[in-house]
Amino acid sequence: MSEYFEHDNDGISIGLIEKKFHTMAEPPDELILASGARLGPITVAYETMGTLNADKSNVILIAHALSGDSHVAGYYSIADPKPGWWDIMVGPGKGIDTNKYYVICSNVLGGCMGTTGPSSTNPATGRPYGLDFPMVTIGDMVKVQKALLDYLGINKLLAVVGGSIGGMQVIEWTINYPEMVTAAIMLATTTRHSALAIAFNEIGRQAIMSDPHFNKGDYYSGPKPDLGLALARMVGHVTYLSDEAMRSKFGRRLQDRDNLAFDFEANFQVESYLRYQGSKFVQRFDANSFLYITKAADYFDVGCQHGNNSEVDAFAGVTAKILAISFTSDWLYPTYQSRDMVKAMKKNGLDVSFCEIEAKCGHDAFLLPNERQSTLISRFLKRVSEEEHHAL
Amino acid sequence: MRYDLQIIASWIEPGSRVLDLGCGEGELLGYLKKEKQVKGTGIESTEAKIDKCIEKGVQVLQGDITEEVHDYPDNSFDYVILSQTLQQVLEPDQLIKDLLRVGNKIIVSFPNFSYWSIRLQILFFGYAPKNRQLPYEWHNTPNIRIITIKDFRRFVRATGCEVIKEVDINTHSDDLQGKIIKFLPNLRATYGIFLVSRRATAANQATIR
Repeated sequence: MSEYFEHDNDGISIGLIEKKFHTMAEPPDELILASGARLGPITVAYETMGTLNADKSNVILIAHALSGDSHVAGYYSIADPKPGWWDIMVGPGKGIDTNKYYVICSNVLGGCMGTTGPSSTNPATGRPYGLDFPMVTIGDMVKVQKALLDYLGINKLLAVVGGSIGGMQVIEWTINYPEMVTAAIMLATTTRHSALAIAFNEIGRQAIMSDPHFNKGDYYSGPKPDLGLALARMVGHVTYLSDEAMRSKFGRRLQDRDNLAFDFEANFQVESYLRYQGSKFVQRFDANSFLYITKAADYFDVGCQHGNNSEVDAFAGVTAKILAISFTSDWLYPTYQSRDMVKAMKKNGLDVSFCEIEAKCGHDAFLLPNERQSTLISRFLKRVSEEEHHAL
Repeated sequence: MRYDLQIIASWIEPGSRVLDLGCGEGELLGYLKKEKQVKGTGIESTEAKIDKCIEKGVQVLQGDITEEVHDYPDNSFDYVILSQTLQQVLEPDQLIKDLLRVGNKIIVSFPNFSYWSIRLQILFFGYAPKNRQLPYEWHNTPNIRIITIKDFRRFVRATGCEVIKEVDINTHSDDLQGKIIKFLPNLRATYGIFLVSRRATAANQATIR
């Protein structure tokens, strides 16, 4: 996912938000990961918005994508220049209305924005884990989110919402904790990466690992593999956009010049844009986290992990009402992948709705202001929350 | 609600499972959910109508009806509804077979091309018919199948199915009111509405599949 930090056009925002932390899985009760490795203690960074109602029936968990964090909406301080990554969607009167719902968002396991990851201190050595950090899966990330909810005393989610790798976590939630999830919203996501998606992730990882400063992941006391991480980000950015979006955004326009310079500086606007995105990203993101999270996404395979190679079997125990949305120009997780997922859900008789939104901005469309997406989400949430109250 | 949909709604048993193909903004399914507690699913190709369905509490899939029906297991629904769409389908016989696989009963409504004024238009003016039900020119009409009420009855028999109910009506395409035509319906009705099921013999089951 890209950074947009779009300010709401109406200037409406949830306002000031505080990042909180919870530490769990203290030894000897470490978390047992899918790989069999034990990890603990684990600290989770999370943020909450809105008001929890009396019967705790208005909780929405939001799962973030690759480069997101717990800061889904609002500002940390009055001086904060930018709001959370989905401020356009989450807030008073917005698609996910904080006047109605209690929203929780936490940083994923393996991340670098407050939750334990490869840049955290390894209690065994007193130094950052680096590549000694165990491999984590999407399922492990969800397990940590579940433990956080246990700590918060929440045993029912009105909805789990996420796009891209966040959408994978949503899928995992519906399969692993069906009794907890009333509804699930899956945006621009897939049940498993295509070879194309894995290929781009691998290019990113190779860029990082071949940086002279990478030092087998042990770079925390010296210069960081910034060039590699920036390059990984540049590749990522291309996959989040689309041919049409890049044509209209940049075309062949030149950056700060009228003629070609006949050198290897950023002559074109698109070059300059990618370099800027790369250099901005390294200031806030850890290269090892990039490796771990992309690998977790590549490993994710719903049919293989939950259904003996059958996606239909994988969704057999799901009870959540589902809304799946794809975007026409998303070539990273194209519509056919959402349709395949929906097909497997239909075969199980699940309550599933699907919409393919016409959008030209590629995979990133789910992060951008989109009236259709906001309306679909708010109406779907209203529907499931009414049905839930009706059922009680 | 559109007059033909009112009639269709009256045929649906409370609490049944209903698939509505080309469900539009979910008017019929929303009504059936509220009034008859049905478990409804809609399929609609137009993106802009999807959130309208969800607003009415209807689960809906954006897609092509002929593609989407394939994914459902046999007998997933008590009723499959195809209202005012059959005349736009490229392979109606295949679609009807598919619908009778996923549904126990199907409800089909379509504009009757042998309505008297259509006959007169061709007879006296020699142009392809155009009226309120069929407001298109020959070159831009989505209605590629010319069906009459008699044609459909014959079609149902030939495919080894049976008509459980037939109501022919005189109404306009989006009218809320209309009347039931019992005398000479093939001449006097603008729409035919049929409730069709597989005939319950093993031999015919085999024909349908």
